[in-house]
Amino acid sequence: MTEALLARSQMAYSLGFHIIFAAIGMTMPLLMVLAEWRWQRTGDVNYQLLAKRWAKGTALFFAIGAVSGTTLSFELGLLFPGFMAKAGPIIGMPFSLEGFAFFTEAIFLGMFFYGRARLSQRVHLACGIVVAISGTLSAVFVTFVNAWMNSPTGFRLADGNLVDINPLGALQAPFAKHEIPHTILAAFMATALVVAGIHALGVLRQRNVEFHRKGLMLALVIALPATLLQPVIGHFAGEQVAEHQPLKLAAMEGLQHTQAHAPLALGPIEIPGLLSFMAFGDTAATVQGLDAFPVEDHPPRIVRFAHLTMIGIGTVAAGYAGLTLLMLLRKRRVPTARWWLRATVGLAPFGMLAMEAGWIVTEVGRQPWTIYGVLRTRDAITPVTGLMLPFAIFALVYTLLGIVVARMVWSQIKATQEAA
Amino acid sequence: MNISWADVFAGFLFMGLALYAVTGGADFGGGVWDLFARGPRAAAQRRLIDAAIAPIWEANHIWLIFVVVLLFTAFPPVFAAAAIGLHLPLVLMLLGITLRGAAFVFRHYGDGPAARRWGNVFALASTITPVLLGMVLGAATRGVHSTGGDLYTGIADWTAPFTLAVGALTLALFAHLAAVFLAAEATEPALAHDFRRRALLSGVMALLLGGVCILTADAPLARFSDRLIHSWWSLPLAGATAAATGLTVWLLQTARWRWARWAAIVQVIGVLLGWAAAQYPVLLAPGYTVSNAASPLITLQWIAPMVVAGSALLFPSLFWLLRTFKANRSETQ
Repeated sequence: MTEALLARSQMAYSLGFHIIFAAIGMTMPLLMVLAEWRWQRTGDVNYQLLAKRWAKGTALFFAIGAVSGTTLSFELGLLFPGFMAKAGPIIGMPFSLEGFAFFTEAIFLGMFFYGRARLSQRVHLACGIVVAISGTLSAVFVTFVNAWMNSPTGFRLADGNLVDINPLGALQAPFAKHEIPHTILAAFMATALVVAGIHALGVLRQRNVEFHRKGLMLALVIALPATLLQPVIGHFAGEQVAEHQPLKLAAMEGLQHTQAHAPLALGPIEIPGLLSFMAFGDTAATVQGLDAFPVEDHPPRIVRFAHLTMIGIGTVAAGYAGLTLLMLLRKRRVPTARWWLRATVGLAPFGMLAMEAGWIVTEVGRQPWTIYGVLRTRDAITPVTGLMLPFAIFALVYTLLGIVVARMVWSQIKATQEAA
Repeated sequence: MNISWADVFAGFLFMGLALYAVTGGADFGGGVWDLFARGPRAAAQRRLIDAAIAPIWEANHIWLIFVVVLLFTAFPPVFAAAAIGLHLPLVLMLLGITLRGAAFVFRHYGDGPAARRWGNVFALASTITPVLLGMVLGAATRGVHSTGGDLYTGIADWTAPFTLAVGALTLALFAHLAAVFLAAEATEPALAHDFRRRALLSGVMALLLGGVCILTADAPLARFSDRLIHSWWSLPLAGATAAATGLTVWLLQTARWRWARWAAIVQVIGVLLGWAAAQYPVLLAPGYTVSNAASPLITLQWIAPMVVAGSALLFPSLFWLLRTFKANRSETQ
């Protein structure tokens, strides 16, 4: 492996790891607050138990998310100092805002977890709400940074340097319009699908059915709207990419040649004109293919595969969500059909997979640029060599932490299934 | 003396670092005393440490993120150069930070032998990380080569006797702070007595290590040492820090716990202030200063009010958090 590939791999591994914890650490507070609120309103102890179990999960994921996020903020410089030296004055704004949001989240999380005995019920619930809001806000701000890297604004380029900086530039990046809702919905969807799957399993196994049905219902409250909205935002994201990053679109769609009436290819099936229509609202529109760009600018091929994975899962999940919504509206309660419960369990991990795939589309699809059209990754990368050691260390530690967390969550689930 | 916008950010960085030291630093110090939990009350010591850290360590930890974000926003070349020249110690420090945090929650929420093993990881990582943090700061004071090359190129920069001494001093100060805080939070007199002994011991260690730092200050530190010893503020600051040290000892001996905490905080801030004032205007020795490494003025002018406004929102919540969990000794469990 070259040094550049090692640096990129370390970043990819760190981000891929962190995003799971960040998504869960951001969505679980919402679920936890919902359960707490239902408990305070209804006095149903199932909700109280849910709130407690979910709070424990939140604490675990939030802590790992906090330390892996700290590592990431250093890694930006450790691996891509050329990027940080140039971009610092302009991405400082969203990063600072994120810092304050995250700080608020950590403070109120401490109050929520440990203050139960010291606070009134209302104040306790309010602390939980602040956690949920500030957690989502930190995701908003940090996604601004990525949106700016994909569609940089707020400066003038002079000899490769960013001059005439507008410190608010990063907040005006065009990609923020789709990246922020897409990211937040992805986190809600991925996390809530996992939670729904866990409780569907409990219902299937006939263990403490009332508890699990309530957990399942609350998870669906988040999962269904997020899953149904996501393809709409995804379509908008495609239009934005078509406008600002035509090469990325070509890579995502695997479109080799520039053509009018460009077809949408899904494996062996090709639907004529559909890509043109989806990208530009006109079946006759010309879509640029990979051949319109120099080969050295092409992103790696994995982008196509990741894109198919993401939209494949998104489509199936939206179908599931639509069907579930119909069943819910007709029966006015959580479906009990075994096939539906099995489908819910089966779907559980795929939201996370789609989120990772989507992240690969955005990030790997931006290559060979770190700041799109402004700074190439090869110019951003650290002059330090021997990066195999740090890469190996982080890969090893994150893999270990992942295994430990998975085992702890699994033993939690087993405990919930058996003795809830 | 004119204060520039860049100076304001140097001030923010100092504030963040000082707050990280007295809050996050004490959490690391707690882990140190977990490692050295001894005697008939070892288990009770560990329980006290766990209860003291659990509600607040994540909030305290964010001061470090605050410092890093402000550093790359206001002084991007410093961040880039430090990330190149101090790559390996920073990686090791991050490893320590990651393992400390992860191990703490694994122990806190787990049980059985696995939890005990994670307890050991927590204690070890808590001890090693402050040393690395101190070494990084020491190297930034003494001088760093930031031209790249092999991962081990700059090893002499961050393993000089002075940087090692600063690493050890950082560890001693964090451990001292933690011991004072824990003595104040202990509900059993015997437990308070344990931590009072530890506070005195680590305080003496810190004094000795401070001396070692001065003795090991070699040629690259000539300017720093000169400013530290011969400035107009040298004597008053040293006097105030020494007074706070003596006061901490007296307050501990007379069981005035709450005041002892404040005296210990003044001590640590005194040391940091001396370091920062002697270092000024250099941020990363030898070449990067507050003025030559600052971001464009417009960035500083936008971010500065935001930091002030953000802090105005933050401090009341932070104060509430600490008051809820740290205010009254009899309530702390």
